[in-house]
Formats: sequence, C-alpha cells, structure tokens
Amino acid sequence: MNIVVCIKQVPDTKGGVKFNPDGTLDRASMLAIMNPDDKAGLEAALRIKEQNGAKVTVVTMGLPKADDMLREALAMGADEAVLVTDRRLGGADTWATSSTVAAAVKKLDYDLIITGRQAIDGDTAQVGPQIAEHLALPVISYAEDIKVEGNSVIVKRQYEDRYHEVKAQMPCLITALSELNEPRYMTPGGIFDAYDKEVTVWGRDDLTDLDDANIGLAGSPTKIAKASDKVRKGAGEKVTLDPKESVEYIVNKLKEKHVI
Amino acid sequence: MSLEEYKGVAIFAQQVDNKLSSIAFELIGKAHELAADLGTDVTAVVLGHDIAGLADKLGEYGADKVVLIDNKELETYRTEPYAQALTAYINEYKPEIMLVGATAIGRDLGPTVSARVKTGLTADCTSLEIGDFPLQAREGQEQKHNQLLMTRPAFGGNTIATIACPDNRPQMATVRPGVMQKLPKEAGRKAEVINFNPELTVNNRFVEILNIVKNVTSTVDIMAAKILVSGGRGVGSAENFKLLEDLAEVLGGTVSCSRAVVDSGWKPKDLQVGQTGKTVRPNVYFAIGISGAIQHTAGMEESDIIIAINKDESAPIFDVADYGIVGDLNKIVPALTEALKAELAAKN
Ligand SMILES: Cc1cc2nc3c(=O)[nH]c(=O)nc-3n(C[C@H](O)[C@H](O)[C@H](O)COP(=O)(O)OP(=O)(O)OC[C@H]3O[C@@H](n4cnc5c(N)ncnc54)[C@H](O)[C@@H]3O)c2cc1C
Ligand SMILES: Nc1ncnc2c1ncn2[C@@H]1O[C@H](COP(=O)(O)O)[C@@H](O)[C@H]1O
Repeated sequence: MNIVVCIKQVPDTKGGVKFNPDGTLDRASMLAIMNPDDKAGLEAALRIKEQNGAKVTVVTMGLPKADDMLREALAMGADEAVLVTDRRLGGADTWATSSTVAAAVKKLDYDLIITGRQAIDGDTAQVGPQIAEHLALPVISYAEDIKVEGNSVIVKRQYEDRYHEVKAQMPCLITALSELNEPRYMTPGGIFDAYDKEVTVWGRDDLTDLDDANIGLAGSPTKIAKASDKVRKGAGEKVTLDPKESVEYIVNKLKEKHVI
Repeated sequence: MSLEEYKGVAIFAQQVDNKLSSIAFELIGKAHELAADLGTDVTAVVLGHDIAGLADKLGEYGADKVVLIDNKELETYRTEPYAQALTAYINEYKPEIMLVGATAIGRDLGPTVSARVKTGLTADCTSLEIGDFPLQAREGQEQKHNQLLMTRPAFGGNTIATIACPDNRPQMATVRPGVMQKLPKEAGRKAEVINFNPELTVNNRFVEILNIVKNVTSTVDIMAAKILVSGGRGVGSAENFKLLEDLAEVLGGTVSCSRAVVDSGWKPKDLQVGQTGKTVRPNVYFAIGISGAIQHTAGMEESDIIIAINKDESAPIFDVADYGIVGDLNKIVPALTEALKAELAAKN
C-alpha cells in the first residue's frame, strides 16, 4: 500500500506570535514548523504503515528551506520525501497550489492521500478537497479516526454536532484533524538516517501534467486586493484588587453598561 | 467563459436533518445587501430530500427565489452527490456570486465545487462588499467595477486580507457563521420556488455512510448567547465549572470554554470558542482562567464587552479585555455570583 502525505511548512502562530513596535506582524522572528494538522496526518500514515505495511511518501510545495521539514518527516518514519520548488510556482492560491500538488502526486503511486484539514497560515482548508477534485478521487474531510480495511478506509468524519462513520474505496483522499492523534517525536537514529536520505526535488518542468495557466500567481483565480495586519483592539482597564473589591468593580461595570 | 452571462447572488442554504441551519439566513441577509448594490436578486439553493417545506421560511427571511434540488442521494450530506448537484445549479443558472457557509459541510463542499467549476474560492470570510478591483485604478491594468471584495482573517487572525476574483465566475466565498446578520422575518413574504432536478451520477466517489452519531451532550448554541461565561484551563477541573455555571445562571447566560478545556475532556467540543471552535460575539464575554492565546481570541475578540479574570497579570487575555481583573477566580467568581443575585433580587 502506498500512502502520500501532503505537508506544508508554516510560521508558528501558536503562542509565539510577535509584533513589531508599529503593531505589524513580526514574521521574521517566527519559527517555521510542520503544519500541525499535517503532522497528525503523517502520524496516521505511520500508524497504518506499522499495522498494515505501507510505503509513506511526504510531498511539499514550498521554498528550498522546506527541506528541514521533510527531513523531520523522514526522521519520524516517512520512507520518501518530495520537494516541489520553483520560482514560477510562487504566489499560488488554493486552486494553483492544489493543481500543482496534484500534478506532483500523479507522478507517484498512491492508494491513500492524506492532507491536513487546514494550514495555520492561510487557514483555508481548501487544498485537500481540491487536490481530490483534480485527481477525481473520493474525499473525506475532517477525519478524527482512520482505519484501513482491505481496499477501503473507514473514517470518523467530524461535523459540528455529530460524526459520520464513512467508508470509501481506495484510492481516496482524507483530510486530517490535529485531534486525530499525538504525533511521535523523531528518534535520534531517525534524525541521523534522515540526513543521509535523498530528498527528491522537482521543479516546474518535472511536472508535465500541469498547464501553465494553472500555476503560480498568474494561474490563481483569486487576487489579493489588500492585506494588512489586523489592528488589534487596544487593552482596556486592568485592575488588581482584593476579591471583594473585584466583585464591586465588575458589578459596577455591568450596571454602567446596562447589562444588569 | 463570458463573465456577463453570470447574474444574481446565490447562497447555499444548508439544511441538516431537514432543518435549515442558521447560516442559511445569515447568508441571505448579506446577499440582500450585495444584490441591492448590484441591482439583482437573491436565490437560496437547497439540497436534500423532502425539502419542499423549507422554501417558505427562506422567503420570509428575504430570499427572492428558492431553488430546490430534491433527490434521495442528497438526504444526508456527502461530498460527491452534493458537489454534483451544486455544480449543476451553477452551470444551469450561472450566478455571479455563490456564497456557502464556512461550516463543516461548506468547507468541504465549497472547495470541491469551486475546483469543479474552475473558479476561485475565498475561505471563511468575515466581510463582503461590492467594489472595484484593483481598489485604486492602476496604469496598464483594467479596473473592474462591481466586483465581490471578500475580506478574511488569516495567520490565526493576525492579518486580514481582501480578495477578489476578477476573471472567473461565479465569485465564491465561504462565510464564517455568526458574523453576518439575518434580516427580520417578514411573515407571508413569498419566494418564487423552482424545482430543479439535475441527474446525479453514482460513481466511485460516492462514499458509504455506515453510522451517524450525534453528540447528545449539549444542545446549547454558544453562538446565539448574549452572555457567555467562558472558562479555561485555569478553572482546574470539570467539577469546578460549577462556579461558572452558577454565574451564567444568574445572568441568563451560557457557559463556553477554551480548547484546553475540551482537550482535557471537561467540556464538549461544541462549547469551544476560537479558531478551531466557534466564533462568538455576545454582549458580554467573561474569560475566566483563560490565557488568551491568539487562537482563542480570534474567536471572541469581537464581543461587545470582554471581562477577564486571571491570576497572571501578564496573561495576553488582558490585551483584548475591556475590563481585566488580576486575581483568583476561585475567590472572585462565587462572590460575584452572590453579589449579582443580591443586585437582581433588589431590582425585582
Ligand atoms: C491550530 C490551533 C488551533 C487552535 N484553536 C483553538 C481554539 O479554537 N480555541 C482555543 O481556545 N484554543 C485553540 N488553540 C489552543 C490555544 O493555542 C491555547 O493552547 C488554548 O486556548 C489555551 O487554553 P486556556 O487559555 O484555557 O489554557 P492555558 O493557556 O493553560 O491558560 C490558563 C490560564 O488560567 C489562569 N489561571 C490558572 N488558575 C487560575 C485561578 N485560580 N484564577 C484565575 N486564573 C487562573 C492562568 O494564569 C492561565 O493564564 C489552538 C491551537 C492551535 C495550534
Ligand atoms: N504547498 C503545499 N504543499 C503541500 N501540501 C500543501 C500545501 N499547501 C497546502 N497543503 C495541504 O493542504 C492542507 C490544507 O491547506 P490549506 O487549504 O492551505 O489550509 C494542508 O494541511 C496540507 O496538507
């Protein structure tokens, strides 16, 4: 069985968001990490590999520095890694990204494709289903649990107030939630081996099954009209009082604002 | 594709168990404004089985037309039959704008359909308006008018981007639930009802639903609450949430929580506020024992009044709170409940 996991390197927004003195986002100081949902997707693939036997290939489209993240994936236990990188692919929206990643995946063998639900930079949750669309595969989004049974997968698909237990024939694509599992750490031996392994690097010209009209900034139907760092509502009052005074303070505020 | 062929504002009117979701009405409300600016009308598209009864309500909340796609395959949401049906609607009726809720259904259906009809999709929008693209005229680039300008947060709520889709139709967006306003109900207002029966082709992409498990734990809707008493890991235990429940009860409010609380198993997921939970905008939001990580504040910072209680004076929640109290929740919250009880009793 062949599993392809699509992973993305993202700036770490968890807790570590830093602002410049002028209130704009300090991107340079943020660490680049493997997107959390994708890491859960990789962990799910590795568990399937352990139970059923599988070859796990990770694929990313990104800057050359995404090599670090691919090595982390190899150190966790992925068998192969592919980096798709080319200046002509830059500025892609989800349509162009999914077209490109799908073209890369087409060059590989796959029974199961796993993507994260969403990447914490763009927060779109669109690339997974769109890759499935380009490959004409069944898609199951928001997976909380994945089981492989013969030629099928059985997935717990999360909704707001319920879940569906869904069965799909492979090949298919699943988008993984971070809730799926606790990803393992890299092992020292794994880290050592990971640096000896080859990462396959593909440029735009290696992706033959891809139209120029569907890549990069020019191939993106959505265009950014304006982007700005969010102007945060300033901090209000902050008081340190004893419990009794604190209570009076809150009650007075609720009265002032006509809540009570 | 001739862009001029595409006319009208359409919304996907999500139903679950043959009950329309609140987002359907929110989308109609916003679609009305957009349609007024464009001089066009609003169509609500309903997919399901035995759904004829849903049309009246959509009319009363402002839909001018209701398109019903009624098919046994659409009874319960599955990506492929829904994508086929909505794609068929778009190809047949050619709306210039297609809005879908950014729900667990919409964020699966939206990307699939947008890729199928080859158009752009802007995710999880919090503001939509009609305007020019580019915003300012630029030499050497045609400025297009009457474009849908879609604004959305990204980077966990740290940046906002306004996005257009100038060269493809429809212009598609998923819209965050709880942000747009519904119109007041106009009893007796009728929409033109159109039954549309595209053929759905069963193929290998149809998945099989083996089982549906509903969360029976809670039925409260934190997005509708006017007062939310929200607790974080600082509350300490599931049992200790009693303090917050008592406070909520005196105020006629509802309890919600941070993700750390859901991860600890103290409260169910549908009470979670934040980036991966729900976006809430109550009149009053109490943040009690919540640190205020960006993923949490992304879901609550639009609340009218934010009152934070936290023992750590450097907790980031104080940066968004209108009123911050540095102190121990275990001492303050029960005393506050008692004080409010006394206040309210004195009033009546
Ligand atoms: C991709 C992603 C998505 C996420 N989505 C969400 C989301 O949707 N919603 C969400 O909430 N989080 C989300 N998170 C998690 C978020 O980053 C934080 O980890 C989480 O919000 C922390 O919850 P907390 O504030 O309850 O806990 P903590 O950060 O542990 O804070 C507890 C606070 O309680 C205070 N406290 C302790 N005891 C007392 C006391 N006796 N009296 C007063 N104060 C006390 C402490 O000082 C502390 O500030 C997400 C994270 C990621 C990576
Ligand atoms: N550049 C990329 N390379 C590989 N996978 C990606 C890329 N962008 C997005 N993905 C995958 O698609 C998922 C959803 O991303 P997004 O739609 O950007 O939120 C991610 O969790 C990844 O698994």
